Amino acid sequence: MKKIIALAEHRRGELRDITWEILSKGRQLAEGMGAEIEVALLGKGVGNLAEALKPKAHRVLLIEDDRLEAFNSETYQKVLTQLIIERKPFLTLIGHTATGMDIAPALAVQLKMPLATDCIGIDVTGETFALTRQLYGGKVNAAVSFLKNGPYMITLRTGAFPVVEKEPFPGEIVSVASPLTDEGLAKRFLQYVEAAVGEVDITQADVLVSVGRGIKEAENIPLVKELADMLGGALSCSRPVVDKKWLPKDRQVGTSGKTVKPKVYIAIGISGAFQHIAGMKGAGTVIAINKDPKAPIFGIAQYGIVADLFKFIPVLKERVKGLKKS
Amino acid sequence: MNIIVCIKRVPETADADVIIDKSGKDIEKSGLVFDLNEWDTYAIEEAILLKEKTGGTVTVISMGGEESNESLRKCLAMGADDAVRLTDPAFGGSDGFATAKVLAEAIRKIPYDLVFTGVQAEDDGYGQVGVALAEILGIPHVSLVNSLEVQDKKVQAHRELEGGLEEVVEVDLPAALTIQTGINQPRYVSIMGIRKVAKKEIKTFGVSDLNLKAEEVGLSGSHTQLEKIFSPPVGEGAQMLEGKPEEIAKKVFDILKDKGGLA
Repeated sequence: MKKIIALAEHRRGELRDITWEILSKGRQLAEGMGAEIEVALLGKGVGNLAEALKPKAHRVLLIEDDRLEAFNSETYQKVLTQLIIERKPFLTLIGHTATGMDIAPALAVQLKMPLATDCIGIDVTGETFALTRQLYGGKVNAAVSFLKNGPYMITLRTGAFPVVEKEPFPGEIVSVASPLTDEGLAKRFLQYVEAAVGEVDITQADVLVSVGRGIKEAENIPLVKELADMLGGALSCSRPVVDKKWLPKDRQVGTSGKTVKPKVYIAIGISGAFQHIAGMKGAGTVIAINKDPKAPIFGIAQYGIVADLFKFIPVLKERVKGLKKS
Repeated sequence: MNIIVCIKRVPETADADVIIDKSGKDIEKSGLVFDLNEWDTYAIEEAILLKEKTGGTVTVISMGGEESNESLRKCLAMGADDAVRLTDPAFGGSDGFATAKVLAEAIRKIPYDLVFTGVQAEDDGYGQVGVALAEILGIPHVSLVNSLEVQDKKVQAHRELEGGLEEVVEVDLPAALTIQTGINQPRYVSIMGIRKVAKKEIKTFGVSDLNLKAEEVGLSGSHTQLEKIFSPPVGEGAQMLEGKPEEIAKKVFDILKDKGGLA
């Protein structure tokens, strides 16, 4: 029977959300292909995670080894190469995450397997797949096909595939021997470094005024900071503002920053890259101000204003000042 | 320390009105401003910083037509020593995998300790090329690097994970690193700086100069193909507030009051 293998992603003892997303999509694809879904779990002392995965797949392929305690693309690649050669899945699914981006491209080259990265749509079409990706920072979508025959590898964008609850599988946990030896590695995991704690915890704010690339210069940040202060809220931002060192990292909303759930989120000059949206889609009400009417942020905001922020924000501040008094 | 940096010239679309062209396979490029891919700007800066510290050379490589010279020259003006452009009609239609093969064969011709690429390109965003070419070259890689330090024959690098977390890894040289935005502050390049390098030779390699056959590159050497592009489906979408700025401001104030946005 045809097989799909999904890679379980976990860090510091916890399965990551992408794992459930991959398994949900993987199960749907398996049903469409008449295939079985298996999940590969690599780690040390992760039996409890295997139990948690059991209802989501026909089989949990458990590879335990002391050398797999922390993620390392080199050890993962060795283990997954052998596993894939032995079990011959028609499709391997991996998250397009810090883990997946570090392993999938090299694994696909080694296995001579066609790879499509960062997919937001996957449909079964006979013996292959029709894929949807995004180009130009999400401004357009692309329909993509494979040019070679399978087996294939696909990486899935975080948050692009909903987790659909289905009848649990009876499941089984199959222990697979680790192929790792004490042979030296060219790449070694040393440690994790926690995010620095800032003066303001943006995850606790009821109101966030968030600023993006549209603010253009560090000198313009106070324009937005003042609005945040007037509203009794906190100032946050999207990635480009941190990359340019205009605000510290602890103010960043998004995949590599913080996940926030304020009552109100005002996005100013933020186009709405998916990494940003992933961090703020839980907000109660989103108001977006952007000069580009096609900015993706308007797709998820409840209220949108197409305007030049440098003209509109001063007007808004005057209003807030005036009406708060009355 | 000899460093090779792979770069790409891309259209700037962050603030642009993006229109799908008649072929339905790409966007209308006329009218768009092109520049060095943002991730690559950080990659070249990191290479030059390292060269300034440890000595050695920085070679910048790009696959593309003559227009890519513009981006290569920007890197030379920033402080790169040599530039190589990979160009051949056979390269057309290359996906991330085929691009990685071409870059890897060019890299083999140059002595190096480190290869840098950006994490991804602003246009097609595969996030694939750097890690794939490391595997083709048979060297270790570290992706999503947001800080690094060279120590003798190895590099200690921080990888950016999710939620603000980082992991520190150590990798033996030679190695390939994919560089994340924000790792440094790329230097400004003046027009004078570009002029100074205007006459510098940019070497070109075609498929016959590399250890590749025409069918191994371009569309025939690729694993994926773009069929068409289309506008992303609009979700429910925002209710757009219209009117004079003062009227919109009033509406925003009312929404804030209603939704708990006023403390």
